[in-house]
Amino acid sequence: MLELIAPFFRQLYERTGLNFIVFYEPYEFGRFLNGAATSVRLIFWSLLLSLGIGVLGAWTQGARSQALRVGVNAYIQAFRNTPPMIQLLFFYFGLGAFTPSVDMGGYSQPLISSFTWAIISLGIFGGAFNIEIFRAGLEAVPEATQEAAESLGFSRWQTFLYVTLPLAFRISLPALTNNLVSLAKTTSLAYVITVPEMTYVLNQVWSDNINVPEMMLLLFMFYVLVVTLLAAGLHALEHRLALPGYGQ
Amino acid sequence: MVSPFRIDKSPIEARLSSLLSWRHGVCLVLGCLASMAVAWGQSRVNPAVPSALATLVIWLPFILKGFALNLVISFLAMALATLLGIGLGLIQISLHAVVRAPARFITHLFRNSPWLVILFVVMLIIPVEIRVPTGGKIPIPDWIKATLAFTLPVMGNISEIVRGAVLSIPTGQWESAEGLAFTRSQTLRWIILPQCVRRIIPPWMNWYALLTLSTPIASIFSIHEAVANAQGAMEAAGARPEFLFPFYLFLLCLFFAYIYPIAVWTRNLERKYPVGS
Repeated sequence: MLELIAPFFRQLYERTGLNFIVFYEPYEFGRFLNGAATSVRLIFWSLLLSLGIGVLGAWTQGARSQALRVGVNAYIQAFRNTPPMIQLLFFYFGLGAFTPSVDMGGYSQPLISSFTWAIISLGIFGGAFNIEIFRAGLEAVPEATQEAAESLGFSRWQTFLYVTLPLAFRISLPALTNNLVSLAKTTSLAYVITVPEMTYVLNQVWSDNINVPEMMLLLFMFYVLVVTLLAAGLHALEHRLALPGYGQ
Repeated sequence: MVSPFRIDKSPIEARLSSLLSWRHGVCLVLGCLASMAVAWGQSRVNPAVPSALATLVIWLPFILKGFALNLVISFLAMALATLLGIGLGLIQISLHAVVRAPARFITHLFRNSPWLVILFVVMLIIPVEIRVPTGGKIPIPDWIKATLAFTLPVMGNISEIVRGAVLSIPTGQWESAEGLAFTRSQTLRWIILPQCVRRIIPPWMNWYALLTLSTPIASIFSIHEAVANAQGAMEAAGARPEFLFPFYLFLLCLFFAYIYPIAVWTRNLERKYPVGS
């Protein structure tokens, strides 16, 4: 891979002075790949966690317990109305101080790494938005479909699994797409707790090599690519799952 | 006749507004005070040094001074973003494709980039000082650069809100204005835009809240706002690990106390002016 593109970018640097060092220097190329992989993994896991929290939280809203519902509402309000960056700092530094460390033979390493804290913090932040989205979707499913399912002999659980949930998921998909894309962009904030994701790595690269504009262009391209792919994937899913007879 | 299988989307809006009540705010403040008490209880080991909470009280004015800068940045950035965003939004609905395309490109570029990336670009590309032709130099303070950086993503989003609002006005309004011999600019100015204001205000307030919640990012560039000042205070007071929990929790509460009323107000406005009306 590197052998293929290296001559082109080396020549580009020699002729025009545009220093895309990550594409011809093996060490910097390795850094770049690691950063990209960390970013993609961070995005994947925090989106997954936020979706899990969203489904669970929406499910608790149907629960009989008043305390559970008030608790989930308080959680939603607390995380929607505070800065995500301070949430990250609070989780990593504030709560990280209470988690145990493991002796790694000479030095101690915290049990939960900054990468894991970033997933937890961002997942909880995004989950607060997802709960509302899923809940609104569940409520938008017409009563009549549930009655119809009941009259066909479906049990409560079967009605939820085969009728309500598939419909609710389709209804909430457009709002969900917006929120997941926004969460994917927010993962760049993991920079503040030194997670070596794309922003952090390219920042190191441009500090070492003084090629700020080129690396910034690359950073922009990376996020535009990630956001475009994510949005395109979710739109394709939305299109594939579209209910016949609704919308345009 | 209303079909029994019609998907009713109105619960989505109703649900969001019913979620917010002052009770939740009170619950959260109580929870916060309880955790502060826990932090206080844990740190009373050595009576010779002030506890974490006492340190927080000592440094409170310093942190609040930083928070004032957060607010100043948010006000200025919002004012600028509103002006530029409305302009950009109106260009986006221009009849000429040549004018429309770049406006759409700028809107989507800033809407789809992470704030941190935009901040890095603006902070490092704008020079530290401007040389005026007469020979003098005007320094640009970092917080002004950060304000400009925060303006850009909000501008993109406001531009999209304006475009959406104009498109949501029924075609009949345009047609009847045309029937009364209004020109396009007269129609926009006297008929369409006044109707848009109502629809723009709730999302506009929502973006103000999001902007304010993003201003702590400026602390990465050592701008002395609330987070940077809190970190500085912890450093100056001896950088003991037990500071971290109460200090960051206090910052969360500070922002919550400012943003939550705005969120409640926005939801009430949304309920008052539903998009469908």
